[in-house]
Amino acid sequence: MRAHLKMVAVAITLAAAVLAMEAHVHSGNTGKNAEPALIQPAELAKLLLSHKGKKPLLIQVGFRVLYEQAHIPGSEYIGPASDDKALSRLRARVKALPRRVFIVLYCGCCPWKSCPNVKPAYASLHAMGFKNVKALWLAHNFGADWVDKGYPTVKGR
Amino acid sequence: MSFRTKAAAALVLVAAFYIAVRRASAPRPSSSSQPAPDFVAVDLNGRKLALSDYKGKVVLLEFWATWCGPCKEEVPALVALERKYGKRGFQVIGISLDDDARPVRDFYARFNMNYPVILGDAKLAESFGGILGLPVAFLIGRDGRIYAKYVGQTAAAVFERDVRALLGRRGATDADGPSFFRQHR
Repeated sequence: MRAHLKMVAVAITLAAAVLAMEAHVHSGNTGKNAEPALIQPAELAKLLLSHKGKKPLLIQVGFRVLYEQAHIPGSEYIGPASDDKALSRLRARVKALPRRVFIVLYCGCCPWKSCPNVKPAYASLHAMGFKNVKALWLAHNFGADWVDKGYPTVKGR
Repeated sequence: MSFRTKAAAALVLVAAFYIAVRRASAPRPSSSSQPAPDFVAVDLNGRKLALSDYKGKVVLLEFWATWCGPCKEEVPALVALERKYGKRGFQVIGISLDDDARPVRDFYARFNMNYPVILGDAKLAESFGGILGLPVAFLIGRDGRIYAKYVGQTAAAVFERDVRALLGRRGATDADGPSFFRQHR
């Protein structure tokens, strides 16, 4: 009977470990190769247009010419985060901020699956201890998935 | 009718059919094919480049960046197209949207790029209708009009098909025939 109870305890422990790992993976917090937690364009647009709630810090990690043609109002230009210099600028920008601050990263340079910029930016923020970070899901590019949808956009530097 | 006469008639029919098919598949201007906006810039090698200087050639104009994965995959195909059709009146022009020239110079050497590359800006991008994602390419005919726009990564075979079709058209303009404007996405 005792051996039986031990086996049950081991099984429960193993199951708990597996569940914890799963939860860790789905939270998007897996270090350098983290899959970013996502926010959909419609959800972000609604949040920005709402008079309620605190707005996120918006950071564009794409290229300057894209930003100058069209960007989300209030968003800050950091540059393509596939480049170490842009990552350094990102870290310097957020260094003094409380780690609970809500940050939304976006790029839209290329289709999501081949974007080289969002994931390094996300991983870098996560490594600094920022846990409330989301990446804007732009399936094709910023033009098709944000501008063409009529979501808030401004031009300029 | 002798065998020779029949053979000659058959040859004429085959040739007429071939020409008809080529003409039907060749890109033609339509109300959608706008003149490409001209620009003047200095390329990576310090040479002045004006798009209008290429009138009379078929031009593939590609907006790209060194860190853009799909762009990197397209560049070898563009190098091959330039090598294959350059002497037949074809020219690739690259417009890099990198933030500065240094990585573009490195990339240019590493990929053995054989066509001119300039650094683009927002004004140039907007003159082509806005470049809000990469890569984007435009195929420009000998008459200086845009015949196709390719948004996102495009297969080398698609570029080659369209380039060959435009190279096959001898005249500077050919306004008759069916409308044609390809927009790939």
